[in-house]
Amino acid sequence: MSQPFAKLPAWADYGLLPLINLIVAFLVAGLVVLLVGESPIDAAVLMVKGAFGSGDGVGYTLYYATNFIFTGLCVAVAFHCGLFNIGGEGQAYIGGLGVSLVGLWLGNFLPWWLTFPLAILASALVGALWALIPAWLQAKRGSHVVITTIMFNFIAASIMVYVLVGVLKPAGSQAPETRVFAEGGQLPGLGWLLDLVGLSMRSAPLNVSFLLALVAAFLVWVLIWRTKLGYEIRTMGFSPKAARYAGISELRIIIITMMISGALAGMMALNPIMGAQHRMQLDFVAGAGFVGIAVALMGRSHPAGIVLAAILFGMLYQGGAEIAFDMPNISRDMIVIIQGLVILFAGALEHMFRPSLQRIFYRLGRAKNRTAAAAIAGGNQ
Amino acid sequence: MDSFTTGLQLFDSTIRLSAPLLLACLAGLYSERAGIFDIGLEGKMLAGAFAAGAVATWFGSAYLALLAAVLVSVALGLVHGFASITHRGNQIVSGVAINFIAAGTTVILGQAWFSQGGRTPSLPNAARFNPINLPGAEAMRGVPVIGPLYYELISGHSILVYLAFLLVPFTWWVLYRTRFGLRLRAVGENPAAVDTAGISVPWLRYRAVICCGVLCGIAGAYLATAQGAGFVKDMTAGKGYIALAALIFAKWRPVQAMFACLLFGFLDAVGIRMQGHPLPLIGEVPVQFMQALPYILTVVLLAGFIGKAIPPKAGGVAYVKER
Repeated sequence: MSQPFAKLPAWADYGLLPLINLIVAFLVAGLVVLLVGESPIDAAVLMVKGAFGSGDGVGYTLYYATNFIFTGLCVAVAFHCGLFNIGGEGQAYIGGLGVSLVGLWLGNFLPWWLTFPLAILASALVGALWALIPAWLQAKRGSHVVITTIMFNFIAASIMVYVLVGVLKPAGSQAPETRVFAEGGQLPGLGWLLDLVGLSMRSAPLNVSFLLALVAAFLVWVLIWRTKLGYEIRTMGFSPKAARYAGISELRIIIITMMISGALAGMMALNPIMGAQHRMQLDFVAGAGFVGIAVALMGRSHPAGIVLAAILFGMLYQGGAEIAFDMPNISRDMIVIIQGLVILFAGALEHMFRPSLQRIFYRLGRAKNRTAAAAIAGGNQ
Repeated sequence: MDSFTTGLQLFDSTIRLSAPLLLACLAGLYSERAGIFDIGLEGKMLAGAFAAGAVATWFGSAYLALLAAVLVSVALGLVHGFASITHRGNQIVSGVAINFIAAGTTVILGQAWFSQGGRTPSLPNAARFNPINLPGAEAMRGVPVIGPLYYELISGHSILVYLAFLLVPFTWWVLYRTRFGLRLRAVGENPAAVDTAGISVPWLRYRAVICCGVLCGIAGAYLATAQGAGFVKDMTAGKGYIALAALIFAKWRPVQAMFACLLFGFLDAVGIRMQGHPLPLIGEVPVQFMQALPYILTVVLLAGFIGKAIPPKAGGVAYVKER
């Protein structure tokens, strides 16, 4: 069966195809909602209303989106190099150590605009170092980065439980969390941003790390498509053989890419720790590292797509919490299912609809050519 | 004598804890030997455990529960096959997707059907796989050394534990002594050669994925109806990944897989036993360290510091038939 494959126009490749995948994922998720005995349409309405219907809804949606932009970028940068970094969860968790140390120590005597850049550096550094080991093992010892980063998630979780329960917990406290940071360790909110569009944020934790996430997305775009390093990363991702032939050091690129990836994941810790809770709590990442996989796949590893996908997942998180009030059978775990379905349809099954779409475009193209040819022939007579 | 008893109990719990690992590990072996990487062992086990817990609650039969677990797990395996064999999707991405779908669905359905926060109701003994006392165990108990060894260690496990360990020689036999096994190994190394011989690569790989699903289902049923009494949210707790690590550690061979699983089971058992017991010389080891030890060990093993693990050559690569 030799099928003539028309090349899809860019808008279909980057817009239509992901949209179809997304719609299918949501249809299947709707089936689960039906199975639970609720109406999928009511659930969807509740969700959108919860996420965008009020000022604090929008605030929460963008707050969650901030986390997902960071972790999505983390996965995407590694994807460009042909690496699958499942360790975003652990890298973000460990990155919390960097944020907390800056917040606990420097937060006492420095203003926030001085602690913030230092905390960015600290979290990025810790996250990058946590990604360095799997990177080195992949590049040097050939152990698969997927397995090692999964293992490092578990190891990070154990370390953080140990640190939070045994070391950073203030004396006399029962809860496994650090003390609340002083004034200098707290990031200002973005209430003024929502005020501009006439919404009131109230208690929503949206803060300046959202802006940092947008800057990071732009920088990742510059890195991947406008620098020599980005070119080398993409070459390695397309064809390791070609990269080797071109004299690109595999070891260097893998290690640098994974460290950038880990640094992006580590920076995610700023948002919940310094931005929202002003202290480090147990399990503050709450699966955001894994959501990053879905976000990166849906955004097709492009920063602009990732920001949009992150906002969509932010909506799911915030709206999902709202649904749980009205439909007790649908909890946050519904998001995990949607996440899985998005990964399945936008990731593993991304080719499923492509051939039929290509066939449709091919037929359309041929029909257009034929009418054009007929018109020309008609003109000649 | 006291340390002898302690040791026996330690090895006894080692066997109990390594049985699900072994089942999942052998499951992965069938799949990966055929060239289909499977990160989704965890999810299939979890979904199987939930199906077993739910069916055992409704019908009160352990065997029906086992059947349900196998069916659900095979269904998820077929999804993995559909994505990675038929549509040549990324096998790792597909496996990750299955893990999330299983993790979310089990909790949502569990909460909707049983309203106990995502767990299934506690099962009575009649709906579980109970320990079997092997013939003569009671009688031999008094015999020094051999008696307790037989009574504690070998007798008194559920039938699924024996099944898990019997599957080791069986898998060896299938893999190395049957036509199916030969083809299975060939399709993981060089699918083009298998195709040239006129054997369907997709159908062979689908069969491997089904075998994988069956074994993951049994592992899940073991967790929910033999080791535990009902399904608990996230009850696999990373066992699927540890099984995967054991598989790599065993270099994709069945007998070595058993020893790797026993090793990880032993570490788990030691970790549980050592909680709150200070060690001589070192002092009290933090619980978290013992919990992280299997993962740390896996990383060290994977790094090739103890021999190099070479995966099946065509693993993770979808086969494209030449036109």
